[in-house]
Amino acid sequence: MPLPRAIRQLMHRRIVLVAAGVLGVIAVLALAAPWVTAFDPHDTAVLQRLKSPTAEHLLGTDELGRDLFSRIVFGARYSLAIAAFTALGAVVCGTALGLAAGFFRRLDAPLMRVVDAMMSLPDILLAIALVAILGPSLANVVLALVLVYTPRVARVVRASTLVLRELLFIEAVRALGVRTSRILWRHILPHLMSPILVQLSFIFAYAILAEAGLSFLGVGVSPDTPTWGTMVAGSQPYAHQAFWVVLFPGLAIIFTALSLQLLGDGVRDLLDPKLKKVG
Amino acid sequence: MPTLSAFRFIASKAAGMLAVLAIVAVLVFVLTRAASGDPVSVLLGDQATAADIERVKRDYGLDQPLPVQFGYWLREVARGNLGQSIFLQRPVTQALAERAEPTALLALMALAIAAAIGVPCGIVSAVVRGRVLDQVFTGVAMLGASIPSFWLGLVLMQAFAVSLGWFPVSGYGAPGAPLAERLHALVLPATVLGLLNSALITRFTRASMLDVLGEDYVRTARSKGLAEHTVVLKHALRNALVPILTVLGLTVALMIGGAVVTETVFGLPGVGNLVVSAVLRRDYPVIQGALLVIAALYVLINFAIDLLYAVVDPRVKA
Repeated sequence: MPLPRAIRQLMHRRIVLVAAGVLGVIAVLALAAPWVTAFDPHDTAVLQRLKSPTAEHLLGTDELGRDLFSRIVFGARYSLAIAAFTALGAVVCGTALGLAAGFFRRLDAPLMRVVDAMMSLPDILLAIALVAILGPSLANVVLALVLVYTPRVARVVRASTLVLRELLFIEAVRALGVRTSRILWRHILPHLMSPILVQLSFIFAYAILAEAGLSFLGVGVSPDTPTWGTMVAGSQPYAHQAFWVVLFPGLAIIFTALSLQLLGDGVRDLLDPKLKKVG
Repeated sequence: MPTLSAFRFIASKAAGMLAVLAIVAVLVFVLTRAASGDPVSVLLGDQATAADIERVKRDYGLDQPLPVQFGYWLREVARGNLGQSIFLQRPVTQALAERAEPTALLALMALAIAAAIGVPCGIVSAVVRGRVLDQVFTGVAMLGASIPSFWLGLVLMQAFAVSLGWFPVSGYGAPGAPLAERLHALVLPATVLGLLNSALITRFTRASMLDVLGEDYVRTARSKGLAEHTVVLKHALRNALVPILTVLGLTVALMIGGAVVTETVFGLPGVGNLVVSAVLRRDYPVIQGALLVIAALYVLINFAIDLLYAVVDPRVKA
């Protein structure tokens, strides 16, 4: 199915439209952060600490009197950027590995055993161990999460490649003497776009959750960087006095992750004829 | 099916499992050693003399080349010795054993909750597929996969421990507390893990029930006039059960290591907690041992499920 028509069909589903709208709003707020917020996210005002939501402080203030709305909007920049780079990195690396394993029989078994080995550790545990080894920094959190999610993408891409490889048109271009690199790039990769898009949106969502979890455990980005995860982690001791300090950053995470998964699910339903039949 | 092909199937699965375990061992070893931090200087502090450092390095075998260290380590692992914790002054196996109970009980309790929610919701979802109830269950399952566990933990803690006072805010009862008290302390964390993992189980149950409900024998059962609940629960569910058991098995395996965040929120002295503190203190032997044991559990459960498949479903061949 050509991409423009696919996008048009996707937008006909109300829930997918809502999800895309939520993501759009969050992305615009994050990009326009300095213009949509009245307070600097780092400005402390001890007299204003732990204020409940008011007209001035839409979502209240945290334990240092910082405006929660500003922090969530600026935090979106970090949380979304970390997740976006993670999803892109994992998709690029995973696609390369999956293509190699699926197309070249000799590479299949060794590559997949490594993938199996990496997937035998729970995501968060592997991420913790990797961040501990690489050192806690923004770039290293992304690198660790890319390593965690690459095997997932590789598995999906390999499975699709195995099917494609046996199809008649691939046999035909092979018989015509087309170079292998060109077969992979021009004839196989375009047919993998739908599973890759689905993985992209799901890993984007998982990465937001994982980053938050790492920050919560104190092994993620520096506590001074306002991501949604560090916000919850830092304010947690004050949750019993002022629950909004934990509630609102958490809701930001949930809305974003849920919208991304709805979008991914919409793409999958649209592109998978088997699901369409039973659904 | 004690045939040659069955033997071959088991042998090939076992070989695959051993290969994965070997790669896990190499990965775990290389990863923990690639760390930039130096455990000896952390252990001894700034005041240590060069001679002290040399002595400790020799005691722990840290002065040997890396492949040699790996060889030593693997030989000891094969004997059931995961080394000595640098900070806890005891063997890693002992440290893991001490922390195993909260984690194991937590995982089992969470699995029970997840299955009690996920399996019925998945079955209903599949039976009424496409209708409003199905969409509601599917939506709720997706919501469950979008909530950070620490956040749900904090919310439940605030509501049921701080405000209502029904459960302890954190911890695992006093040392030597009776089992009932320990289980009581696990209710909230198990609820968090169970609710979040029920999402995956709902999806899996729905998918595997949908596969089965499309089969000819289900149509036959319906056309001979059996009641719908008999068709669904006796004919369909029984055949959908193997994939459902698979996901239950893998869920429990993942929860054993993946409960890190939940254990931290509720201050449970479990395996996940042990790993986090080991990571923060760069206690290599503990990190290595814990990662290896958790991965091995996962691989073994996977292997057991593969065998189960072959026993239950004679169509599965190597």
